[in-house]
Amino acid sequence: MRMTPDEFVIAEWDTVRLNATVVYTWLVMAVLVGTARIITLRLTEAEKPSRWQNLLEVLVTGMRDQIRQVSQQEPGRYLPFIGTLFLFIATSNVLAVVPGFMPPTGSISTTAALALCVLIAVPLYGIVDQGVLGYLRTYVQPTFLMLPFNILGEISRTVALAVRLYGNVMSGTILAALLISIIPFFLPVLMQLLGLLTGLIQAYIFAVLAMVYIAAATRARAREPDATAGAADSSVHQ
Amino acid sequence: MDNVGLIGAVSILTAGLTIAIGSLGPAFGEARTAAQALASIAQQPDESNTITRTLFVSLAMIESTAIYCFVVSMILIFTNPIWDRVLAMAAR
Repeated sequence: MRMTPDEFVIAEWDTVRLNATVVYTWLVMAVLVGTARIITLRLTEAEKPSRWQNLLEVLVTGMRDQIRQVSQQEPGRYLPFIGTLFLFIATSNVLAVVPGFMPPTGSISTTAALALCVLIAVPLYGIVDQGVLGYLRTYVQPTFLMLPFNILGEISRTVALAVRLYGNVMSGTILAALLISIIPFFLPVLMQLLGLLTGLIQAYIFAVLAMVYIAAATRARAREPDATAGAADSSVHQ
Repeated sequence: MDNVGLIGAVSILTAGLTIAIGSLGPAFGEARTAAQALASIAQQPDESNTITRTLFVSLAMIESTAIYCFVVSMILIFTNPIWDRVLAMAAR
C-alpha cells in the first residue's frame, strides 16, 4: 500500500529524483497561474463581463468577504497569502477525482511546507503591525509564566495544521483503494463524491485557521486603547 | 508464536484499538457540536451564516484528533518503523 505520492518516482537522474508530489504540485501551479493569466488577459469593465471573468470576480470577492468576517480587518493585506493557500489546496483536492492524479496535499511534505509558511507568516504580519517588541510582548501576554505554553502552542498548532490536511486527503485516497478491492464500482464513486466535499472543506478550514492565527497576532494591539475605534471601523465596512 | 509474529499481531491489534477509541471521543464531541449549532440556528436563523462557518471550523478541529489516531494506526499497519528493525534482528 502506498501511503504518499512521494513514493512514486516519475523520473530519475543520477542525483535528482522527481517524485509524483513535485510533478503534480507543478501541474496545479501551472493550472492556477495559466487559467488566471488567460482570463485576466481580456479583463473588461463592460456591462456584461465574460463568464470566466465573472468566475474570478466571484472567487476574489468571496475570499475578501470571508477574510473580512474572520479577521474583522481590511482583507487587502491578507488576500494574497490566504487566497493562494485556499486556491492551491482546493484545486489539488478537487483534481483528485481526475484518474491518475495524486493530490500533492496527500503527502506530508507538502502540507508541512504549507504549515511552515503559516508559521513564518504569523510573526511577519504581527511584526509589521505592531513592531518587533510589540509582537514579542504577546508571548508573555497574561504573565511571564505563559511563555513556554505560548511557544508550545505555536509549534503544536503548526503540526496540527499539517497533519490534519495530510490525514484527511490521505484517508480519502486509502479508503478509495480499500473499497475498490472490496465493493468495486458503486461505493468508491460515493466516497469520491464525499472526498470532493471534504477536500473543499479542508481547504476552507486551512485558510480560515491561518487567517485566525494571523488575526490573533495582529489584533492584539487593536484591543488596547483604541479598541472601540477599530471595532467601529470594521463594523462600518461590513 | 515467535517474536516476529507476536510483534505483528500486537501492532495490528493496537492499530485497531487506536482508531476504535480515538474515533469515539470526536464522535461524541461532533454530535454535541452539531446539536448545539442546530439549536442555535433554530433560535437565531439570521445568524446562520456565522454559526455555520464557526461550526465547520470547530468540527474540523474536533475531527483532527480522530485524524491523528487514523494516521497513527495507518503508520502502525503500513509503515511500521519498528518492523524493519525486528526483521533485521530476526535475520541475524
